[in-house]
Amino acid sequence: MDTGWEKRYERAVFIVMVVCFVAMPYFIYPRFGMQLLCFALFACAFNLLIGFGGLLSFGHAMFFGMGSYLAAYSATAWKLPTELAILAGAGTALVMGVVAGLLAIRRQGIYFAMITLALAQMVYFFCLRAPFTGGENGIQAVPRGKLLGMIDLNQPLTMYYFVFGVFILAFILIHRIIHSPFGQVLKAIRENEPRAVSLGYRTERYKLAAFVLSATLAGLAGGLKAIVGQNASLTDVYWAMSGEVVLMTLVGGMGTVFGPVVGAIIIISMQFYLAELGSWVTIVQGTIFVVCVLAFRRGVMGELEAFLRRRKR
Amino acid sequence: MQALFGQLLIGLINGSFYALLSLGLAVIFGLLNVINFAHGAQYMMGAFVAYLLLTKLGLGYWWALLLVPVIVGITGVIIERLMLSRLYKLDHLYGLLLTFGLALIIEGLFQHQYGSAGVPYPTPEILQGGQRLEFMYLPNYRAWVIVASAVICFATWFVIERTKLGAYLRAATENPALVQAFGINVPLMITLTYGGGVALAGLAGVFAAAMNQVAPQMGSSLIIVVFAVVVIGGMGSIMGSILTGFGLGLIEGLTKYFYPEASTTVIFVIMAIVLLIRPQGLFGQR
Repeated sequence: MDTGWEKRYERAVFIVMVVCFVAMPYFIYPRFGMQLLCFALFACAFNLLIGFGGLLSFGHAMFFGMGSYLAAYSATAWKLPTELAILAGAGTALVMGVVAGLLAIRRQGIYFAMITLALAQMVYFFCLRAPFTGGENGIQAVPRGKLLGMIDLNQPLTMYYFVFGVFILAFILIHRIIHSPFGQVLKAIRENEPRAVSLGYRTERYKLAAFVLSATLAGLAGGLKAIVGQNASLTDVYWAMSGEVVLMTLVGGMGTVFGPVVGAIIIISMQFYLAELGSWVTIVQGTIFVVCVLAFRRGVMGELEAFLRRRKR
Repeated sequence: MQALFGQLLIGLINGSFYALLSLGLAVIFGLLNVINFAHGAQYMMGAFVAYLLLTKLGLGYWWALLLVPVIVGITGVIIERLMLSRLYKLDHLYGLLLTFGLALIIEGLFQHQYGSAGVPYPTPEILQGGQRLEFMYLPNYRAWVIVASAVICFATWFVIERTKLGAYLRAATENPALVQAFGINVPLMITLTYGGGVALAGLAGVFAAAMNQVAPQMGSSLIIVVFAVVVIGGMGSIMGSILTGFGLGLIEGLTKYFYPEASTTVIFVIMAIVLLIRPQGLFGQR
């Protein structure tokens, strides 16, 4: 239920977020800012599924990674214009989302997580062997090209605001989906699936639609990242990446609108600034997982919202 | 012919590990409703503890077989008491997330200490060498692993399905509140079950140590395949887990012989087919 102050809260946080991202390239390295935006989009796509559909996918790297590969390959080998290359990545993720979704929604809860993880591992092995991915080397030197054939994306600032534009559009789209009748049915399924069935909803269709949407947006994020980083590699499709997006969403707050963005910023910055610590990054990540699950399940934004709600009473 | 039997042997070996690990997962899941994501890391830990026993204390393979399950099991008991036990009232997904985090920590720590390359662990002297059979060469150690795993699997099955302790365990899976009311200490049973399941993973780690390198990543890719095995078999029955494990190992071996390109993905493909035809798994109940 959206009461007055919740709407005002969402609007205020949205404005803060936009202002921060617009100003960001003047304070930090634009390339790092773009990475943040890509992972924030990835986490938002993931959150659509777990936060509003209650489905924990442990294989979202397959959509992110394949989106990344396809965008990189089509921009490099087929010389597709940048915007079409990114859409090719998202389109691939859409098709994969339909196939993986049809299989995974046949089971619930823990099984759903294991099935998505296993399917993603299969995709990983496929990418390891398929000729077009370049195996261990990945696809290098992906051209950034020109947006609509006119705007040169090799300018870091131009590229940054392009990525920002895509991110904001996708963010608004997700927000619209969540607040649409479709989103409300999804929430009903998350809360009590048998009741939603008894009310006459074909719950598998809703779950599949949510899964495909989430997969497509994850593919879009992957495609963007390939153009931003000018490469695509096995890291993006590995199970550790699936775990990372779960962690981002968990830290930021599952089921909150802004949580995944905050979570992505925290986790990616941590990796960036702790990079020289090597294997400690994994240990720190694992520790954050454990602490979040034991003591901090609402995440940063979830805690903030709960705090504001208490103050209102 | 030689090559075919060779691949079948490897398949049987892999199958032993699938069976041992999916058995532990099934036992834990039955009582705790938690999918233990750390199972692969605990298997790796078993191998490293064996290595440490040998290098630091000079205790060889046979001591390791005895001590490693106890040591790894105790770490499991600590994890259950300190962390997992706080999550039973919540959504089961939190158990999965917690154990995933633990897996990252355990793997990260060993990676930090020993690097990715891994360390060697010698095969025990009595089991070195092999038998030259008419149709193939059978290394003694591999034969031992297959036989020992099968014995442990069936012993576990016997304890759970045919003893009084197992009856309590199965009853607590059905209705913990009622079993508690009969005066049985269910929380203790849950703790020991997690410890036991984890001990099985540690034991599997010792078996693997003397066959391959002991490396920090040895568990993570294996556990994902084991998850697929669990989805295929369904976690309803102990015997189901054992049979699915060995069976899929053999199928993987056959694929390696007839169509090697698909050998890494065949189990996942079978999982997809099983999900289409019988979503609850071969031995699962709705």
